[in-house]
Amino acid sequence: MNADKNFLVGVFNDEVVLLDGIQKVRTSGLKIHEVFSPFPVHGIDDALGLKRSRLPRAAFLFGLTGTTLALTMQIWMLGYDWPMIIGGKNFASLPPFIPVTFELTVLLSALGMVATFMIVSDLKPYKWPRQFDIRSTDDKHVMAIDLALNSGKSKDEIARILRDAGASEVNEKNFE
Amino acid sequence: MAHHHVEVADEQYVFRPETKRKLFYLLFAGILLFAIGLVSAITQEGKGGHHEEGHHGALHTEKMVASNDHDAAASEGHGHDAHAAGAHHETATWLRRLYSTLWHNNIFFVGLGIIGLFFVAIQYAAMAGWSAGVKRIPMAMGTWIPIAGVLTLVLWFLTSHDIFHWTHSYLYDHAGPQFDKLINKKAPFFFWPLAGGTFPLFYIARMVIFFGLWYYFFTRIRKNMMEEDIDPSTAYWYKNRVVSTVFLIIFGVSSSVAAWDWVMSIDTHWFSTMFGWYVFASWWVTGLATITLIVASLKSAGYLKVVNANHLHDLGKFCFAFSIFWTYIWFGQFLLIYYANIPEETVYFIERMRNSPYSWIFYFNIVVNFVLPFLLLMTRDSKRQLSMLKLVCPIIIVGHWFDFFNMVTPGVMKLDGGLGLLEIGTFLIFAAVYLFVVLGSLTKLPLVGKNDPMLQESLGHHI
Repeated sequence: MNADKNFLVGVFNDEVVLLDGIQKVRTSGLKIHEVFSPFPVHGIDDALGLKRSRLPRAAFLFGLTGTTLALTMQIWMLGYDWPMIIGGKNFASLPPFIPVTFELTVLLSALGMVATFMIVSDLKPYKWPRQFDIRSTDDKHVMAIDLALNSGKSKDEIARILRDAGASEVNEKNFE
Repeated sequence: MAHHHVEVADEQYVFRPETKRKLFYLLFAGILLFAIGLVSAITQEGKGGHHEEGHHGALHTEKMVASNDHDAAASEGHGHDAHAAGAHHETATWLRRLYSTLWHNNIFFVGLGIIGLFFVAIQYAAMAGWSAGVKRIPMAMGTWIPIAGVLTLVLWFLTSHDIFHWTHSYLYDHAGPQFDKLINKKAPFFFWPLAGGTFPLFYIARMVIFFGLWYYFFTRIRKNMMEEDIDPSTAYWYKNRVVSTVFLIIFGVSSSVAAWDWVMSIDTHWFSTMFGWYVFASWWVTGLATITLIVASLKSAGYLKVVNANHLHDLGKFCFAFSIFWTYIWFGQFLLIYYANIPEETVYFIERMRNSPYSWIFYFNIVVNFVLPFLLLMTRDSKRQLSMLKLVCPIIIVGHWFDFFNMVTPGVMKLDGGLGLLEIGTFLIFAAVYLFVVLGSLTKLPLVGKNDPMLQESLGHHI
């Protein structure tokens, strides 16, 4: 059996049940592939044992790039390439450069963060996500268990664990 | 999120003798430094008084632009020479320095009182849930408001002639040699309905009304809190929401006018349309740092079981965000004046950038109030750790004390300003008394309002 093909899908009605359920499923030794919820559930990252995102570090580096770019650009342009007297100030004077520096810092860190997030999450144009259960976009929380990665347990056993964890129904989902 | 109701045990802050002893040490250290500073300021003047006088005369002519607002006035009025030698040198330098530091510290601590109430009012008006467990700390800070009111009034009558240039009646005397056209035009703002140069009725009335209103709203909100503790009803919360909203509208106007009255009018000729915001931003971030520091200290001492890393995170974000906000306002005010380059506006910054000790404080201000909080509180972890908050909050508080120093002192002292034991001692005395009042007030109410309808949301707060 190949990984990422055959799944058992537990459907949960309530996020409080879901959070307890995740705990139960994980202590039973099952590996959870992914949980889908129609809205952000507080504490779900901790419950799933997900590592902290490193996105803030990327944001900082992109921001720093923006700061450096803005300052070098303005100092080079107005200080060396085409010096202009504006308001009797020095060619390369810091205060008027600050607003542009601020804007480019924010712009690059924001755009960089979005780009990084999309690349890391494998979100790209014409890439359609797999639906484990369409109701996860409406009012149900959905927990997917990859059968290949949990080959130590039978399908029935996994289904029982999901039901015990609070799933209102358990369905099978196979992708080609 | 959590649907189950969590019972919260009663918590009462105990003002322990050890804490009181520490505050007494702080007070004594303050008094000691104050006394040494004062004596040395007096003796220094006694020794070199005459020499310094001549020295200053030279500086005045050399640094015409930088010296002060009198020069700007002189170009309008008459008799500059008579004026430069007169008025301000009647009071001894050490006494002016004492007045200046008293006023500076008083205004700084006014902020630490009023911001407590402002914070609580915002929580009610915004229907904030996360803060239910910490609301009593800023509420206790508001206890300083009536004391600050009395201090401000007393200090004003004691010091105004040496702090506020506009209080001198000769400025409004049309026939006199020191008539000041510009200040005369501003006279109604201070003296209405009386004539310029008499008693500043409008100004004093505003001062009394502001403190009166602030104290009234403080009492109303606090009383509702106390009644809520006895009677578990949401009615008090709703009452406080209305009271808070009305207060916020009043505070928006009064804090701004207070900033013009008590700080900006020191440099009477100068004006900045951003000044109300600037003083508010400085007060607000200092107040936030103080709230955070007290919460963190109580947490370390084993109090505030309802507060966890998520609440600290929010307080840390407040300190972080409003340090940046202050910088934004600071820069917004600076950049416009720098770029427009109008002498009557730039004189304010030139005074502060070219003369000791204001110049190093001017640059230090940016480092300590922007760069340090910005870098130290940037990561998520730093905002969630008690140790980091207890490091950064004092930095912000002290930093803004310097900020207020540079708002008040240069206008009062001109080139005679000093920063030494006298100023540090005064700060320590104010801080010790302020903490006595606030911590004493904290014992009067339970530390957490267990009937607060937002408390359950606060317990489940997660970010």
